[in-house]
Amino acid sequence: MAVYEQTYKPYTGRLTPEWSRFLIIPRHAFRGVFNSKLFTAFYVICFLPLLVEAILIYLHHNITALAIMNLNARQLIPIDGSFFQYFVNIQGGFAFFVALLVGPPLVSRDLRNNALPLYLCRPFSRTEYVMGKMSVLLILLSWMTWIPQLLMFLFQSYLEGFTWFRSNLWIASGIVIAGLVWILLLALLSQTVSALLKWRVVASAAMLGLVFIPSVFAGIVNFIFQTRWANILSLFALMGNVTAGLFGTFDRVSGRVQITDFNDNVVREILLVEPPLWACWAALFIFCAVCLAILHWKVKAYEVVR
Amino acid sequence: MALPAPVPQEPIIAQPAHLEPPVIDLHGLSVSFGHRPILKNLRGDLRGKAIGLLGPNGAGKTTLIHTLLGFHQPSAGTAHIFGHDISEHAKQIRALIGYMPERDSFIAKMSAVHFVRLMGELSGLPAEAALERAHEALFYVGLGEARYRRLETYSLGMKQLAKLAQAIVHGPKLIFLDEPTNGLDPPARLRMIKLIREIRDSGHANILLSSHLLVDVEECCDEILILRDGQIAVYCNLEEERKSNRKFLMLETRGDQTKFVKALEKLGCEYAVSSANRLKIVLQEGVEVRDLYRIAEEEQVQLRRLSYKRDSLEDIFLKAMENGYGGL
Repeated sequence: MAVYEQTYKPYTGRLTPEWSRFLIIPRHAFRGVFNSKLFTAFYVICFLPLLVEAILIYLHHNITALAIMNLNARQLIPIDGSFFQYFVNIQGGFAFFVALLVGPPLVSRDLRNNALPLYLCRPFSRTEYVMGKMSVLLILLSWMTWIPQLLMFLFQSYLEGFTWFRSNLWIASGIVIAGLVWILLLALLSQTVSALLKWRVVASAAMLGLVFIPSVFAGIVNFIFQTRWANILSLFALMGNVTAGLFGTFDRVSGRVQITDFNDNVVREILLVEPPLWACWAALFIFCAVCLAILHWKVKAYEVVR
Repeated sequence: MALPAPVPQEPIIAQPAHLEPPVIDLHGLSVSFGHRPILKNLRGDLRGKAIGLLGPNGAGKTTLIHTLLGFHQPSAGTAHIFGHDISEHAKQIRALIGYMPERDSFIAKMSAVHFVRLMGELSGLPAEAALERAHEALFYVGLGEARYRRLETYSLGMKQLAKLAQAIVHGPKLIFLDEPTNGLDPPARLRMIKLIREIRDSGHANILLSSHLLVDVEECCDEILILRDGQIAVYCNLEEERKSNRKFLMLETRGDQTKFVKALEKLGCEYAVSSANRLKIVLQEGVEVRDLYRIAEEEQVQLRRLSYKRDSLEDIFLKAMENGYGGL
């Protein structure tokens, strides 16, 4: 810029639509996220199960390949709801670790550097800020969860034919809903932890703790009381039940415990009953509501000392 | 070839300043945190090009700025900025405002140009325009050569300039500067003051400058608003205040003062005798200093010293702190 032009000038050009401005945050955040080669490598590794899934689907429909490998189509895992549920769960696990790496610094870094007033003094609301920060994870995790799974479903439909596609559309809805619910939970959890704790490492540890400690606690309670109702405390178990429900594989009785006498005669059999699906959904809903309430409380330009 | 006949144009009539909406219009604005009142029933029209916001610690300066930005909800009353209500049109107002916060505020792991660009985009500028203006703003504040450096590596003075750049990147009509010279060394402070004055003189933006440093406000502002305990203690136009003080003279005389005083009375000047040979005089319209010399010669009185008494901003501030509240 020429020196003589260095003066204060108002801006008179066009403005971007207000509804789209929250997407500015992920656009700028991705640059920082993919700056790390280690993270980029990990993110690529996350796609390996999808490659395996694609190969399995392909093998099912390629007799020549099966013949070369001396395999029978019956020996392979059948391509049905359980097949997709299995890979949805695997990708969900990877998504958790991606969220653990990307999520915690998103808000905490802004809190530590007092950046919130800079965002909120502009025509940019707190809701848009939270949406923007959450969409960093939602977009990143969508690319590796429900979007590729949906592509796999379409791939299978293409190979199997339209009849299979039409009769298995419920699998597609299961993929999308399970994927969206899981990444929404992860995004909310990581943003909430990030808003509560200013230090990235502490926030990551807290997120890990918040997921694993209740799961371990639920496991202990389940073991002691010979039940599965404590799964209501475990995010993984809740999500597992909800996903199973969406893929039609949910069974409330998830195990049996046989009590025997000294002669190994069965005295009593206890059924390990999972909480009903509605209770799992309700628990997830409460979890989301608590996260949103905390975000509403913490994401402010300035803390008011009353 | 005949030139086309000139198209008759509507005469451009400038709207008188008093008809334009005030920059900030306070309508009984009150803010409380819990049961603790912070701002109490602030009223008045602030119309200055650069308004200095003064007050001791805890007077409510920053709370006023934050309330105008919509960070705090008023507990009673409201305020208008360029005619927009802060409670109803918070987003529209924030599109017109640039804010330079008092505390160290930046987005980590970003170069200055990336940071200012992001701020521009969040203000509604398209990506290319935001990038272009980010470069311009950083050159303007004097960070052109350091614009690709990360903000964490900046000195305090550079961070202040980067904060100013992000406040002006979208070309706001009103800029809130909260303690802009905090922690700056003298050359950096002078540079900041120069920039603020340049922005003020460009005529494209009004400035609300909150500062503890009276000298900064005196150098940059044409109006001042002094807050005390959450109330307006003084609101005045500095230039008019200076003009009025130009008529206020301190005299030291030698000789018989009584005749001189009577002659002053005949001229219609107000006076106060502070000691045997000291006088304070307020000159009436049409009375010049040369008239005083003439009377002194006629009454055989020597004028040993004559000085204008000019209330410095410090005097106004201290008076406001002593006298209590004097709204608009």
